[in-house]
Amino acid sequence: MSHLIAVLIDGTIYASWLFVIAVGLTLIYGVMKILNIAHGSLYALGAFTAVTFCNAWFAHGYPALGSFAMLGLAAIAVGLVAGPVIERGLLRFMYGKDEVVLVLVTYALFLILEDVIKLVWGVDPLFVQGPNGESPYALLGNFEISGLNYPNYSLLLIGVAVATGAALTWVLTRTKAGKLLIAVIHDREMSAALGIDVGRTYFVTFTVGAMLAAVGGALTAPTVSVVTGMGAEVIVVAFAVVVIGGLGSLPGAALGAFIVGMVRAASIHFAPELELFSVYLVMAVVLIVRPKGLFSGAEVRKI
Amino acid sequence: MKITTVVRGAVACATALALAMPAFAQDKKTSIKVGFVTFLSGPAAGPFGVPAKMAAEAIVESLNAGKAPAPYQSKGFGGIPIELVIIDEAGGATKQVSEYRTLVQRQEVDVVIGYIGSGDCLAVAPVAEELKKLTVLVDCGTPRIFEDASYRYVFRTRPHATMDAVAAVLYLLDNRPAVKRVSGINQNYAYGQDSWNDFEATIKTLKPGVEIISSQMPKFGAGQYGAEISALISSAPDVIHSSLWGGDLEAFMLQAQPRDLFKNSQLVLVAGEPYLHRLPGKIPDGTIVGARGTNGVFAPDSAHKRWLTEIYKAKVGIDPNYPAYSTAEAFLGVKAAFEKAMRQKIGAATPMGAAKNVKEEMEKAYAPPNQDEIIAAFEKLSFESPSGRVNMSLGKGHQAVMGTAYGTTRTENGVVKVGNIKYYDAERVTPPEGMTSLDWIKSGMKRSK
Repeated sequence: MSHLIAVLIDGTIYASWLFVIAVGLTLIYGVMKILNIAHGSLYALGAFTAVTFCNAWFAHGYPALGSFAMLGLAAIAVGLVAGPVIERGLLRFMYGKDEVVLVLVTYALFLILEDVIKLVWGVDPLFVQGPNGESPYALLGNFEISGLNYPNYSLLLIGVAVATGAALTWVLTRTKAGKLLIAVIHDREMSAALGIDVGRTYFVTFTVGAMLAAVGGALTAPTVSVVTGMGAEVIVVAFAVVVIGGLGSLPGAALGAFIVGMVRAASIHFAPELELFSVYLVMAVVLIVRPKGLFSGAEVRKI
Repeated sequence: MKITTVVRGAVACATALALAMPAFAQDKKTSIKVGFVTFLSGPAAGPFGVPAKMAAEAIVESLNAGKAPAPYQSKGFGGIPIELVIIDEAGGATKQVSEYRTLVQRQEVDVVIGYIGSGDCLAVAPVAEELKKLTVLVDCGTPRIFEDASYRYVFRTRPHATMDAVAAVLYLLDNRPAVKRVSGINQNYAYGQDSWNDFEATIKTLKPGVEIISSQMPKFGAGQYGAEISALISSAPDVIHSSLWGGDLEAFMLQAQPRDLFKNSQLVLVAGEPYLHRLPGKIPDGTIVGARGTNGVFAPDSAHKRWLTEIYKAKVGIDPNYPAYSTAEAFLGVKAAFEKAMRQKIGAATPMGAAKNVKEEMEKAYAPPNQDEIIAAFEKLSFESPSGRVNMSLGKGHQAVMGTAYGTTRTENGVVKVGNIKYYDAERVTPPEGMTSLDWIKSGMKRSK
């Protein structure tokens, strides 16, 4: 029983993390039909910026709780700078090109950003840590369930994941902007003909997507050593989640993250040797049954 | 066609001129080009690759200036200055094979030194054999290189990883004979699996009653260890074995420490030494750490250790860690082999006046040794290094053998120190020639001498 509870909690925490890193990827794909490989770099940029901001905060001796604001600020800053620069400076010249070309473009961007990160932050691993060892991760303390200690920081992660999912769902289904967005998703040309500013929609979507990647990075930063190459690891697992759920689907990303999180936690507790394999087993089974993922909508055929 | 002829003519002229010069070899060969391959980016760069590169640069500067302690006081290799070409090891085995070819065929290096990843070593060794280029492996751990194959051009100047596991078990049983329940967390790739398999086999052989509770094998670079930590806590092992390194080890420690994983379980970090200064407050007291040999804090005091510490500290500001020691072993090994080959040639030269072509014979004797002569001198060589004496006695004289050591951490004024250090000689922790590590462990680990 205590094993099952542990699986449930571990699975939920991991699923929340997966959802936060995958949701931006699926949003950008859903709206813009761009499989953004550079999502991994934006995640890494968020993490590196969070280290810089938090450590500067600690170095000034400000109250440690403020480091959480620094994590948020880092994510917003990366989203607001990198998103518009990439979208206006590069991607808008590529719209209308084949999806494969766009994958190659964002892959090239990924390689460039990896080197930019090396140039700016160097290759040494970094920690979010103050001069006296303060870290947002340990700051919040622990909670205990059936003999296992969990950091409260994980609750924060779950909270952010739920809030992100809820906010995006609300915007998409309850606001005018969301309805316009759905129109653009369904038919870009017709929406443009009807007077929707497609360029602006893309601009906002990409910026939000970039910010979500950076949120994932900033929230991960205090729990790991922030090191170049961390983006490459993330893009693979985020892609697996998004494919399981159905590319471009928001509930798909949530369900995909939940399934992967639970399966992984269960295999770690009951059959650790299967851990690496389990995620891809799920992916294979899902794709055999539903080749376009769990939540893919029917494609509208265009003449 | 024409250009080739011109070039050939020029080369012939130059050769003729060089040969006509009545001088020693040093004038002909102005430098020895060493290709040095190590991680300059990625997770292995911070703890291993960059310290190895810094060490290589410091060592070459010091050797070229002739400032190393005896018997390494001659400049460069045998009086010829060393020129370094440094290459990034990141990118995987396939990329490294093509980088290796570029180094040998386009850059025309005289010797390749390097490689930290076991996968890279396994991939590069056969190519070294194909291109017939002297290649010295610096840090990779897998015993399979010389146990599964036999090489003429490949050497490894540090012991392989079997002794890390064997000595870890010996140390554990020396200090905690009552150990009953053991778990492991290792990365799911060559080195992680080899480490765990050796450790598991050794502890089962030496203490048959021990219960292996779980072996966690997270993906290389996984980053998130929440579920693994839960599984480890709930299985309540006495001891957790780990060969994690780099960003993975750091992330694991960051996530495990606040969750009190180590309150009831003792941690064994077989490659923990490079992290002691990086993770203050995150490595619990009582952790058993190794440095994959008598490196770093485990190195016995000697002129060579002081030399390496001094030149490394002058460059980097901190004490050298074990990859820096491994790098020193490789460079000093090549230097020792080179100079031994040189001495042998001169010693074997025809005595003056006895032969007809005295001048030619003398020139030949004083020419720098060629690769075959260096290899002959390198096989079964025994030389001094900052971590002690290195004996090239396994793998038909191509694989180094050394003793090793383990210790236990304790934190003093925020600095992690290593105490209760115990040394194990090479014969006790290394399989004999002709026996694979796993067979030797399972057969009860008889002393190899």
